[in-house]
Amino acid sequence: MAAPLPGLAADSRRYSSQLGITLLNGLREIWAHKFRSLLTMLGIILGVASLVAMSALVAGMEKGAKEALVAIGGLEKVRVEPQDLPIEQRYLTEQAVGITINDVYALEQSAPLVSRISPEMRLSATVSAHGKRFRPWVCSGVWSTALEMSEHEIEHGRMFNELDDEMARSVCVIGTATRDELWGSPEKAGREIIPIGETLYVNGMPFTIIGMFKHYVSEQDRKARELAKTQGEPKKQEARVSRDRGRGKRGNFIFYLKNATVYIPLNTMWMKFRSGLSYAGFSSTSSSPGGATGDPRLSDLELKVASVDLLTEALQQIRNVLMSTHRGIEDFSFRTQEDWADQIKTFVRNARLSGGLIAGISLLVGGIGIMNIMLASISERVREIGIRKSVGASTGDIFIQILVESVVIAMLGGLAGLGTSFALVRMLSSFSPTENAPIISGLALTVAFSFSVLVGVLAGLFPAVKAARLNPIQALRYE
Amino acid sequence: MPLVELRNVTKLYRLGEEEIRALDDVSLDIAEGEFISIIGPSGSGKSTLMHILGCLDSPTSGTVELDGVHIQNASSRQLAAIRNRKIGFVFQFFNLLPKLNVMQNVELPMIYSGISARDRRQRAQAALEAVDLANRARHRPSQLSGGQQQRAAIARALVNHPRIVFADEPTGNLDSQTGEAILQLFRKLSREGRTIVLVTHDPQIAAVTPRRIEIRDGKIAEKEDVSLASSDL
Repeated sequence: MAAPLPGLAADSRRYSSQLGITLLNGLREIWAHKFRSLLTMLGIILGVASLVAMSALVAGMEKGAKEALVAIGGLEKVRVEPQDLPIEQRYLTEQAVGITINDVYALEQSAPLVSRISPEMRLSATVSAHGKRFRPWVCSGVWSTALEMSEHEIEHGRMFNELDDEMARSVCVIGTATRDELWGSPEKAGREIIPIGETLYVNGMPFTIIGMFKHYVSEQDRKARELAKTQGEPKKQEARVSRDRGRGKRGNFIFYLKNATVYIPLNTMWMKFRSGLSYAGFSSTSSSPGGATGDPRLSDLELKVASVDLLTEALQQIRNVLMSTHRGIEDFSFRTQEDWADQIKTFVRNARLSGGLIAGISLLVGGIGIMNIMLASISERVREIGIRKSVGASTGDIFIQILVESVVIAMLGGLAGLGTSFALVRMLSSFSPTENAPIISGLALTVAFSFSVLVGVLAGLFPAVKAARLNPIQALRYE
Repeated sequence: MPLVELRNVTKLYRLGEEEIRALDDVSLDIAEGEFISIIGPSGSGKSTLMHILGCLDSPTSGTVELDGVHIQNASSRQLAAIRNRKIGFVFQFFNLLPKLNVMQNVELPMIYSGISARDRRQRAQAALEAVDLANRARHRPSQLSGGQQQRAAIARALVNHPRIVFADEPTGNLDSQTGEAILQLFRKLSREGRTIVLVTHDPQIAAVTPRRIEIRDGKIAEKEDVSLASSDL
């Protein structure tokens, strides 16, 4: 055993003046074994590239999921849905009233933490017009509050008002996907069709279209569209847009569903269809649509609470009110977007963890590769180390020399990995299952590169110590 | 005060169960400017003596003083610094780094003493001129003849202005004519005031030095015989 390594901090000026030469030496050594070095770097390249690509994919998904969350109403939204009675209340099934319009009035009266209420009666409907048929995702009787509740915006015409509701007029407001299916999309028709004033048949009943929503697209689709608009000749642009539209339908499903909407006044829905049966369709509740009391029955209620911070309190308040109107029968449940937000968080965390683990293992393997090659390299260079020691290199000098070489390999691998990661991300996004473009963040690049340097340091430590401890006399005799 | 002062130096090696006494109670002085040869058959302990004198190795017991510094208890870091600044080595097999050119090889000791790039270049150039090799500065060692390689190694040994130069069988790998030229070079350097220690098994080569020390079985064998100094010095 040689004497212990001297303190590396000592004589730092000498080391810094040497560092340039040592670096140059490392590069020369790597260049002298190009193929071997490249193979060694490959592990680091793959590790860094997969780390960056994984984080970019997850970041893209996270962004997409959050956008979708906002599109359906944000975190303040609470949904009240009918639910099977708990076991201990099963014998009260016949007396369960379900969610009715009375609940809405009661909540308006006695739940101050609820800022907005939107009752909904769903109808399993087939709409037809223009000789075509279509099953919209949502065909509901609602109040005009639904507009705000579900983040809808009227682009053409108007939303129905209280008078329309009171008089139970046969009017409706549709989404662009409904229009696309029945009258044709702007891309196919070559112009925007606004079917206001046209008649739409809902399960055979005629309704006049008085308004149409905005066309909802994800941030990414919108950007792609704008890009297509600003560049290229019109013909090319059209082809591009229609392709985007096709992709949008498959990919950004949430946005497509939101576009496939037909809204009619709540009262009209009640008068024309007596609907109010839960679309989930459970048979345990009363078979008559009016329920036990004969009040108009709702499919569900959507509420907006005053602030997210007061969500728990608001839920308690709503629960108290509903327990009183339902005479203690718990035939409803809450669904908050917070569950979804939590799910997104959990998913992102899991994806990060598993992806990070895979990339980490890859980096580890890369590090082992570097250590292996450094050990091979120093056993080839025992004599060189002996010569360097005989002319005055200290153990610290040799230690630094080998460590720098290892770090240089890792850093070159890391840099190449960063370059590769861009290619990898581009390749992945061309056949990734989601439409969410991966986002390469500066942080991910920095972290990945730092990891590669760290791996270089760790992998170089053992070979460097081994080289530094070589006895100069034996090293000089080594053949 | 002598440049090197060895007192009762013993070096033991352990080879399996056997204990080998490579140096046995050796005392020796070398004065500044001396040209001295250490002679002895292989296994006599002359290499061990050179390693201890050259700060590549430490004695098991006894004291070594080099240029006023006791080295028997020095750390490996201190020994490295002493080798770097006070000692030059010339080896039988030249021991140049094959990946560096002649100039870079000669610069190597100065890199470890932290001399600036400009000074390194100037001093390496001067050292190469001193051994008449300036025109080969950009060549790789493999492109040089044996004699040229040994001259490059001598330039490297001299470049940091050491207090003492050790040459371990410097002609052992050269033909007699080239070897003679190398010995002439050492003679010239000695005349310039360098302290040079020549280690060899060959009495003929040892004959060039005014003072000879014979090592046998780890001991200094004979009284030094100044009269054997060759007359052509």
